[in-house]
Amino acid sequence: MPVFNQSRSRIIRLIFLVIFLIIIGQLFYLQIISGKFRQMADDNAILKKTIYPPRGLMFDKNKSAIVNNTLTYDLMVTPAQLKGIDTFFLCRLMDIDTAEFRNRVITAIIKNSSQKPSVFEASLSPRKYARIQENLWRFQKAFYVQERHIRSYPFDAGANIFGYLGEVDTSYLKKYAEEGYVSGDYAGMTGLEANYEKALMGERGVQYLIKDNFSRIQGPYEGGVMDEEAVAGSNLYTSIDIELQQFGEKLMSNKVGSIVAIDPKTGGIIAMVSSPTYNPGYLTGPERRRHFSELYTDPRLPLLNRAVNASYAPGSTFKTLQALVGLAEGVINTRTTFSCGGAFYGCGRGKPMGCLDPGTYYLSSGITHSCNTYFANVMQRVINNPRYPNIDSSLRSWNKYMSAFGLGHKLGVDIPSEQKGMIPTPEFFNKQYGSGKWGFCTFRSVSIGQGEVTATPLQVANEMAYIANKGWYIIPHVVDSIEGGDKFGLLEKYKQRIVPINIPDSIFEVVHDGMQGVMETGTGRGSKVEGITICGKTGTVENYYRGVKQPNHSFFCAFAPRENPRIAIMCVVENSGRFGGTYAAPIVSLMIEKHINDTISSKRKARMENIIGTNLIPKMMLDKMRQKDSLRRVKEEEKLLKGELKNIKDTLQSEDNPTETELKQGNKKDNKPPKDTPGRQPVKPGIILPDTSKKRMALSRDTAKTDNNQ
Amino acid sequence: MNQRNPAISKGIDWSLVGIYLLLVAIGLTAIFAATYKEGDPVIQSFLRFKTDYSKQFFFFIIGAGLALFILLTDSKFFAATANLGYVAGIFSLLMVFPFHSDIKGTESIIKVGAFNFQPAEFCKIFVALALAKYLSRPETDFSNTRSQLLAAAIALFPAALTFLQSETGLALVFFSFFIVMYREGLPQVILLTGFAIAALIVSTIVIAPNALAIILTLMAAGIIYIYRRKIKRKRSLLTTIILGWALCVGIQRFAVPYFFKNVLQRHQVERIYDLFGKDNPYEVNKKTLTESEAKKKKESGTSYNVRQSKIAIGSGRFFGKGLLNATQTRYDFVPEQRTDFIFCTVGEGFGFTGSIILLGLYLILLFRIVTIAERQRSTFSRCYAYGVASVFFFHIAINTAMTVGLAPVIGIPLPFISYGGTSLLTFTIMLFILIRLDADRQMVLR
Repeated sequence: MPVFNQSRSRIIRLIFLVIFLIIIGQLFYLQIISGKFRQMADDNAILKKTIYPPRGLMFDKNKSAIVNNTLTYDLMVTPAQLKGIDTFFLCRLMDIDTAEFRNRVITAIIKNSSQKPSVFEASLSPRKYARIQENLWRFQKAFYVQERHIRSYPFDAGANIFGYLGEVDTSYLKKYAEEGYVSGDYAGMTGLEANYEKALMGERGVQYLIKDNFSRIQGPYEGGVMDEEAVAGSNLYTSIDIELQQFGEKLMSNKVGSIVAIDPKTGGIIAMVSSPTYNPGYLTGPERRRHFSELYTDPRLPLLNRAVNASYAPGSTFKTLQALVGLAEGVINTRTTFSCGGAFYGCGRGKPMGCLDPGTYYLSSGITHSCNTYFANVMQRVINNPRYPNIDSSLRSWNKYMSAFGLGHKLGVDIPSEQKGMIPTPEFFNKQYGSGKWGFCTFRSVSIGQGEVTATPLQVANEMAYIANKGWYIIPHVVDSIEGGDKFGLLEKYKQRIVPINIPDSIFEVVHDGMQGVMETGTGRGSKVEGITICGKTGTVENYYRGVKQPNHSFFCAFAPRENPRIAIMCVVENSGRFGGTYAAPIVSLMIEKHINDTISSKRKARMENIIGTNLIPKMMLDKMRQKDSLRRVKEEEKLLKGELKNIKDTLQSEDNPTETELKQGNKKDNKPPKDTPGRQPVKPGIILPDTSKKRMALSRDTAKTDNNQ
Repeated sequence: MNQRNPAISKGIDWSLVGIYLLLVAIGLTAIFAATYKEGDPVIQSFLRFKTDYSKQFFFFIIGAGLALFILLTDSKFFAATANLGYVAGIFSLLMVFPFHSDIKGTESIIKVGAFNFQPAEFCKIFVALALAKYLSRPETDFSNTRSQLLAAAIALFPAALTFLQSETGLALVFFSFFIVMYREGLPQVILLTGFAIAALIVSTIVIAPNALAIILTLMAAGIIYIYRRKIKRKRSLLTTIILGWALCVGIQRFAVPYFFKNVLQRHQVERIYDLFGKDNPYEVNKKTLTESEAKKKKESGTSYNVRQSKIAIGSGRFFGKGLLNATQTRYDFVPEQRTDFIFCTVGEGFGFTGSIILLGLYLILLFRIVTIAERQRSTFSRCYAYGVASVFFFHIAINTAMTVGLAPVIGIPLPFISYGGTSLLTFTIMLFILIRLDADRQMVLR
């Protein structure tokens, strides 16, 4: 019998072998072929913690810190580990109720999934932080404290220059994929924070930690060999004078417009005020998001940097440039005169251009008294110059000058979204009117800086620097140097002088004369400063909104002192009415006095206070503000009304004796807060409890809910 | 007392002893790696028997003692007491029902003093012996169907009892004795039928019911077509085929679902479906626990076990991470790692290389036992040897397949390596009885 079945033993051995081979095959698949298990094992056991370095600071030109960092502590939660946590105790520690706790956890799960940590409460107050730290061991499975650097601003100024940080969204992540941003990171969104993001953010570090199956940290992985150190962000040294900036913002309070002040020798921006502005500390810290939406919807547009992101018709400040062109082209000389009888009739009697002071003018007096007729004539001569075969080429040559002066194109300042202004070109007019169908008279108002020409305040200030330097400028910029070297080449273009066109010094002297005259006898004479030779030019800019004429903008630009210019500055007050000399000029003169003398003389203090206190907010804006306020007031009134009604209804219904089931049903309904539409009958409250103490609690919970609805 | 081998040591198969010691050593190392926490005082706890590896070592010492005792016993003792042993085994199994202690998840353990005693484990020894005894009787004619059924009953009666004690895994082990019966002459058709039914059940799980019915019908039609000439000659062939088809569809349509719904418990069905990566379609299980309990069982997780086990093994790659760096092992990511999932320790710690070596060692063990079986002169010894080989094979194959996700999770230990005093002793005894019988292989013991 044993022999008869011997072949079977082979079969049995074969079965053993085959099964083992199948198992070995699966092992091979798991261990050799499929790489994902190693990864999943690492995911299980290794926690990769990103170390965020502190962001680079910003200093003003006197090396005071104007943008600083401070530590804030966020409480992070991993929802998947929440089992077994004494939530009631935690809620008491954090001063929230269990409903709020649940909401936050649900938000965390939606944001980052329940396996990953998300922010439970951002920026703990010092007391809460202390309380949590003491008790963290109880909640260690699910909670930990993450420290984070946020911005702090020692001076309440410069918000529009610095910009703000915001959470990266998906489009940002896509755009900067290689930089290593992840969801939840903060990056600069506007201003210097955005432009110098690469330098400011430093390099993130990595720490590898081992965790066990309860996600408790057991220690560093492999003794920390694989960890990478974080590199702190580089500090920025700016040319801003923060005190002057603060002063400028104060002068511009309750006015709409901007001030730009440049140091002509270096191109460094000394002050850049955009008004209305906001306290930069508003957009940092835990309330950031709420404040941001407030600012975003404010009709005064405080987030707009009017110095670079808004363009205006330059008005009479444009005349200085026309003077330069006229002299350089040789169509006039310093002794050329034009007389003005009250209007410019060079384009036919039917289309006059008004003038302020009739009389006869030279170039310098024309500048001093800002004569429209004079410059209309100048430009007419430039455009109709017989040297050029046709108007296209003469206008193009004029374009070359304008472009050289920095108009009609972006200057390249280191604040994002700079506007380029507009200079009309032959192509523009050809498209609008058809070739050959236009002439100087079509755009004669350009000669006095109105019509088809616009410039940003920065461009106007830059012009002043150009004139002050007698023929060259450096591209204006805020940041002078980066600590540790300019690794990304962000400051390259600010190193050289731009000498776009050769115009002899003597021409500039004439223009300087005229501008000095403005302060002494001309349209800016009310804004002279004792002891400083200022050269300035006023501008009164007409403007329309949807065809309706609005009050004039008040423009003034200047540089000082004439002999050795240290500041080139312009100021625009929107829709102030009256003239450039009325509002913008005194502001500029105070700024110049403060910058050069460091203080305002006591004689002028009263005037300074006066200016600060003047409210020039244009009517349109006031209307919009009132509208928004009234909407808010209506909503608040409704809330109060609802509260009142609830009070009444509650006392009524407590007279009945509700059954237990009714009470239970009431509890369930209460979970859905009623919709907040005006004019609708308030919903019958769900909870009907005869006990007064409970009633009060129910009330406060309900109103709290409607608060959240806002 | 005739012809007693003067030098027993000459007959002992030392290679088996060697493999045994090697496996126990591997086991101790693996358990150590799975349970060691940094900072534990090793020697101290070792001596005080607090840690698992020290307890395992303690049982090893006892096992070694028992082994020695067995080797000194006369081999005829085993043949003589086989039936008595079987009765004792059944008795102890029956004793479990009234006396079992309250340990979670199982009703099969009796506590005697400080020791946990699991009769279901020990019964394997007695069944192996008793079956060998029955098959070696001269009156038994194994080609006779009646004897086959009786042999099956001997093997499966303890299985039924074990199944009633909620130890499905251990119950299934007894099915491995069919290999012994196959060796002794069970008709091949039965083996083939067994495979066919297994394949059918698997396809029922994997393929949608209607699709499967269509496939079976097509297969039947195909067979009828191929054998149409033979059918013309012998009508009964057609009937057989049609009956076969009806049986298959019946099993597929009715028997299997009924079995899954009403016989198996929900978590077992879960595990089986999990194996094939499918969801359990039998939502309502009549004999199931309440909903919350079932949910808890699911969450505490069969699929979690296997997933973690695969991760642990897979992360070992070719050479493994080294025992002390095996993060999944060290930080408790695989549940039950020192018992059922101990293979993960080797897989993660020593990688593919280590796993192959271990499996190779087991294969050598099995082949050696089969070789020993074939060289026996007595049927009793041969049948017993095949019994040992079958039981070992079942344990090894199912346990490792379970850890790599090829078999549903049933709780059976890996011989000599898994932590567990009872299992270590059982396997030691089984092995050493074999060694003892083998030492007397020249004798005919019947």
